[in-house]
Amino acid sequence: MVSTPAPEVASAEPKGGPLPPIKTEARDLSFYYGSFQALKNLNMPIYQHRVTALIGPSGCGKSTFLRCFNRMHDLYPNNRYEGEIRLLPDDVNLLAKSVDPIEVRMRIGMVFQKPNPFPKTIYENVAYGLRVRGLSSKAMLDDKIEQALRAAALWDEAKDRLQDLAFNLSGGQQQRLCIARALATDPELLLFDEPTSALDPIATASIEELMAGLKEKVTILVVTHNMQQAARVSDYTAYMYLGELMEFGETDQIFIKPKRKETEDYITGRFG
Amino acid sequence: MQTGEHLVRKYDEELETMRSRVLQMGGLVESQVHTALMAFESADMELAQQAIDADKRVNDLEVDVDQMVNYVIVRRQPTAGDLRMITGVAKVITDLERVGDEASKIARAVKWLHEKNDQSRLNRIPDIRNSGEAAASMLRRALDAFARMDPQAAATIIKDDLGIDDRFRAVLRQLITFMMEDPRTISASLDCVWVAKAIERIGDHAKNVAEHVIFISQGWDARHQSLEDVERAVARP
Repeated sequence: MVSTPAPEVASAEPKGGPLPPIKTEARDLSFYYGSFQALKNLNMPIYQHRVTALIGPSGCGKSTFLRCFNRMHDLYPNNRYEGEIRLLPDDVNLLAKSVDPIEVRMRIGMVFQKPNPFPKTIYENVAYGLRVRGLSSKAMLDDKIEQALRAAALWDEAKDRLQDLAFNLSGGQQQRLCIARALATDPELLLFDEPTSALDPIATASIEELMAGLKEKVTILVVTHNMQQAARVSDYTAYMYLGELMEFGETDQIFIKPKRKETEDYITGRFG
Repeated sequence: MQTGEHLVRKYDEELETMRSRVLQMGGLVESQVHTALMAFESADMELAQQAIDADKRVNDLEVDVDQMVNYVIVRRQPTAGDLRMITGVAKVITDLERVGDEASKIARAVKWLHEKNDQSRLNRIPDIRNSGEAAASMLRRALDAFARMDPQAAATIIKDDLGIDDRFRAVLRQLITFMMEDPRTISASLDCVWVAKAIERIGDHAKNVAEHVIFISQGWDARHQSLEDVERAVARP
């Protein structure tokens, strides 16, 4: 990759009205797998109660970037962060050594590519994070679990089978269960890593519909290989290439008139 | 903005076919306008009929390109410059089809005038001839601007439309004078008003095509903008 000019991040002005408040922000963020630098000095805001999509070719660092937000990289040795990810409004640096990654994951939920329910009942899947937090009252657990399942649009389908094994649900239902599990601890930010790539079009549509409703409550950052999905679900889109943020802006602007040729080439299928 | 080819070669072929079909339609419409104006100028019924007959081919091409637009949207989910090209093409062909309709109107007016046997003076009003030539020139240059995706050339066409509008008002004044001087010319003069109006509309449609060219090439919507803003926008790199 030749050296590239500064990314077009300033292009994020909304068409009307002021910018939404920032929920979290990468500042001079770099990330290394051992000696390999996977992220190069990223600066990017994630706006509150908005869906931000990360797009780019395989290996561009979008999943690596996503996983920085909940310190997933801490689980493996020789991984190293540089720079900061500030979480607002308390302005805490999520990457600081003094910040407990478990606490970070309570505030920032994650949904993976393939549904990964625990080998437990539907009820216990959603209750898990709450129990970790020390909640043990049956009445309160019941209440929170219903809220989370309703928010994940799974309550009507699951309310009569809460004690069934989660594996008995369909793929789309399992993914919504994972979303309910993530929502149960009232996260401020939800990370989606290719959340529908293992789902059929109907289940995909239900997850996308869910994301549109969820952003009223949480801020969403989603990695997707499907550019049409990014265009459908997101308010803001970031295009990454070889660990660099190439362009960030409102989704309409990125998909109708991107500022950089590299972005245009990628989203129009000219990327070689 | 785009330089490279798509990874999917067929997509390039589809866009190129669509673009060349628009230019083919543009060529037909240009010729139809030229024929209709010649028919008016020379009171030639054969040319008038040719202009009327050409409209069917123009209409068929519009439907054909429209189908291509739908096909490409469904198959390729176009974005960015491709999306602007495809939505722009859908609008350009609508304008071109309407130019064809205006050419047919001119040709039909030629026939009415012939039936009234009263064209000897009216078809020699210089301002009708001049505005016809100006509108035809605008159309030709709008199609050139589309072929080259040249926003600066498109901006000059938008500017020229003001001149066509002025000429239309001048023609109206002349025709009103004819009618007041000699009421026997009223019927034929009204037919000539239709011709002048059709010419003015051809200028409007050429201007629309020019605006679409600016949107396709620059992603900036030039419709309903002041000429100063248009000139400023196309001056940007």
